[in-house]
Amino acid sequence: MKASKAAQYGLLTALALVLSWLESLLPPLGAPGVKLGLPNLAIVFALYRLGWRDACVISLVRVLLVALLFGNGAALAYSVAGAALSLSLMGLLKRTGTFSSIGVSVAGGVAHNAGQILVAMALLETSRLAWYLPVLWISGTVAGVLIGIVSGELVKRVSDQS
Amino acid sequence: MNWLKTHKSDVLLIAALLVLGGGLTLFLLATRQAGGTVRVQIDGETVMELPLDQDVRTVLGEGEHTNTLVIENGAAQVVAADCPDQVCVNHGAIQYAGESIVCLPHRLVVTVDGGASNDVDAAVK
Ligand SMILES: [Zn+2]
Repeated sequence: MKASKAAQYGLLTALALVLSWLESLLPPLGAPGVKLGLPNLAIVFALYRLGWRDACVISLVRVLLVALLFGNGAALAYSVAGAALSLSLMGLLKRTGTFSSIGVSVAGGVAHNAGQILVAMALLETSRLAWYLPVLWISGTVAGVLIGIVSGELVKRVSDQS
Repeated sequence: MNWLKTHKSDVLLIAALLVLGGGLTLFLLATRQAGGTVRVQIDGETVMELPLDQDVRTVLGEGEHTNTLVIENGAAQVVAADCPDQVCVNHGAIQYAGESIVCLPHRLVVTVDGGASNDVDAAVK
């Protein structure tokens, strides 16, 4: 691994953590696990700058650290599920080459929220959480658009400089 | 309108997701029915069932894992809890069948079931 790549790795992991922390400060949006998905900004950026595998590692490290630092055990299971589903879908969409970072990030955001709620439904043995799906769905889409635009701009600027 | 051209598939994807999300919301809204009872589950096990038409205040759980549930005017609400995230308290009141309040740290689910004759679970399983 080149030194510059290692530095980016550390930087992006730190950024993902800071965004997770910022997000934990925001008031809860009314349902368990309903988050805007701010950390996805760092993950989408990593996906475009470093590649899918590195984005996966950064995402996993973030999820584990967040669970250790400010989460609880129960939250870990659905964070992992959300992150895994999100990264699989984003990797796939990016490979098709038809979507920009916006489409990729939107799919990732919705998949992240849907994955979380599905695992929460399984863990809590209730199908009633389906009520949260629409809220999560829409918030994931809106946040995904914003994150896609910002990370797309960031990727463009960084590659202009190097 | 160059942007629209280069981002055609993105826009289509976003539109499709919004339509799906809107459809899901409408479906859930259209199929909702008035609630009859409130069911309390901890760790997936039903520990209590309360009629929605009787006002009551009760403390669920024990030790440092408690949630205070209030049923008032045909709606149920968690008014206090000692969980770290307070998601259950901020959730507000629920009254329609299928609505629920979840406290993930306490593995608690408060659900509104349909009327007395309504056996939703039997239909699902
Ligand atoms: Zn709670």
